[in-house]
Amino acid sequence: MKSLETHLRALRATGRKALVPYFVAGLTPDWIQHVEAAAHAGADAVEIGIPFSDPMMDGVVIQEAVLRALEAGTTLDSLCAQLATLSTSVPLIAMTYYNIFHHYGLERSAGKLQSSGVLGAIVPDLPPEEASDWMKASTSHDIANIFLVAPSTPPQRLGRLARLSEGFCYASARMAVTGKSSESGEGRRVVESIRAVSDIPTYIGIGISTPDQAREASEVSDGVIVGSALVQVILNGGGADEVENFVASFRRSID
Amino acid sequence: MPACLELETAFIDAWRDPSFTNEYRQVLREFAGRPTPVTPLDRLSEQLGIRIFAKREDLAHTGSHKINNVVGQTLLTKRMGKNRVIAETGAGQHGVATATASARLGLECTVYMGEIDTERQALNVFRMELLGATVVPVTSGSRTLKDAVNEAMREWVTCVEDTHYCLGSVMGPHPFPWMVREMQSIIGIEAAQQLKDLGVDTPDMVVACVGGGSNAAGVFAGFANAPTRLVGIEAAGGSAVGKGSPGVLHGMKSLLMQDEFGQIEEAHSISAGLDYPGIGPEHAYLAQSGRAEYFAIGDSDVINALQVLSLSEGIIPALETAHAVAWLLQEAGKEIPLGATVLLNLSGRGDKDVAQVREILRGQR
Ligand SMILES: Cc1ncc(COP(=O)(O)O)c(C=O)c1O
Repeated sequence: MKSLETHLRALRATGRKALVPYFVAGLTPDWIQHVEAAAHAGADAVEIGIPFSDPMMDGVVIQEAVLRALEAGTTLDSLCAQLATLSTSVPLIAMTYYNIFHHYGLERSAGKLQSSGVLGAIVPDLPPEEASDWMKASTSHDIANIFLVAPSTPPQRLGRLARLSEGFCYASARMAVTGKSSESGEGRRVVESIRAVSDIPTYIGIGISTPDQAREASEVSDGVIVGSALVQVILNGGGADEVENFVASFRRSID
Repeated sequence: MPACLELETAFIDAWRDPSFTNEYRQVLREFAGRPTPVTPLDRLSEQLGIRIFAKREDLAHTGSHKINNVVGQTLLTKRMGKNRVIAETGAGQHGVATATASARLGLECTVYMGEIDTERQALNVFRMELLGATVVPVTSGSRTLKDAVNEAMREWVTCVEDTHYCLGSVMGPHPFPWMVREMQSIIGIEAAQQLKDLGVDTPDMVVACVGGGSNAAGVFAGFANAPTRLVGIEAAGGSAVGKGSPGVLHGMKSLLMQDEFGQIEEAHSISAGLDYPGIGPEHAYLAQSGRAEYFAIGDSDVINALQVLSLSEGIIPALETAHAVAWLLQEAGKEIPLGATVLLNLSGRGDKDVAQVREILRGQR
């Protein structure tokens, strides 16, 4: 079993709901401090968005953040070098689009991530049918592969994705790209279908923007992922203090 | 991904069902004006010392080959029990064609178009609106075709249940590259027969412009097994074969223009329809295997080619098509041996471009 999964299963065994904030690497010069602030405020793992020019599964907030990060010159090498300076041991999960790894080289990407302390990867535009090369490379570097399951995923495919997922399985609460949403979505139903076929920890994400939504989602799952709402705070000029307050408010809500 | 699997199943089933293919052909005949003629371009041929025939997709309804694909995909939309389509568009030709075919079937239609393209193709925006479509300007990224595709894909995720994504070229995830080629292959199938009727058994060369590559794939399909050189012409500013490397974008693995970090580069072309940093995966394969060859033409030669064809043959081509014309002008007697017989796929008419061309010519004076 890969390290990330061992860690997240142990976390679940303590009864604590996982809180996973998402950051866009390189969005601001002090983004590393944001990650540290989140860990300090009780994040159990952190998703690190690696900027790609064409974020097809992301809404306007993350698109804007990615554009800024790219304009600031962020690359896989530069962000990995910065991750290596992190003063916290919070598990890191990379999230990006396949072309980034494909272009850098799969084996080389996985090695780079591992040496920067990354334990997992989410590649939303890589379907399991095409994933075997990446899974081989990531496995040789102890990188867990996390797959997304959506409300529309047919049962057979859902079973396959749940069984392939390592670390946790990502339950998308709605049929949408990342971004804010007011409805509570179909997270519960998706989680229940995953649990029917696998005992992998299952986290709900996509559209969770308030502490109340996070609590609701955490009640039916093992954890929650908070992306756009947090990135918006940083786009608005929020620094490490605001990040810490934001994450702490979610922590209180789901505990 | 499940939506693509659903589409694949539906397409395979429809494409071997005679009631579907008969209806598809009937609509192309009665509504879209097929078959389009093949025209010998006598004066230009004489000027260049080669024998040029043009397959006249500019005479198809809505003014380009795009109608062939959308007639098929909108019929398929209905067959799948969906009542709405979304589409991306660059030059607006695919958007207009989709709006047209949707109006005919009473389907709801939303078209995503880069903001820059909505400006340089303002008349096409109005045409789409007249046809009942909603046009959404896309303000992200380079605000051209690539970003329109991103936005259409983002939208499709939210509405796959009742909506079909009517992709306009031989690109994107499977089954689109294959399905769109099949629906465009009528161009090549017709042209091969028409040339025979004109006494040309096999042309020495078939030339087509390439954005995503649908008109080229369609015309190539009629000559795949013939001893004919297949030539695709890209815009120099959107040349995936010339300047690209293997990559993954929009659900396909193909040749893409990208920087050293794998970030996709923005294409820049005078013609909105060729402003795309990638190319359909089958063209990448044909380029690699050598079965087809690809060359690039820069903006400055395109306007001249448009004028030459207008003056010598009475046909104003689309700026996209003018790239292929420009290559003929440039290579007659070089890559194209004197006396050779060439089939030019005249993918679209230039009416949509005349305002832009007027601006450029005014600026040159
Ligand atoms: C007239 C015409 N030709 C060619 C193209 C390029 O598309 P493709 O390469 O798919 O044929 C377009 C696209 O807008 C077009 O309008």
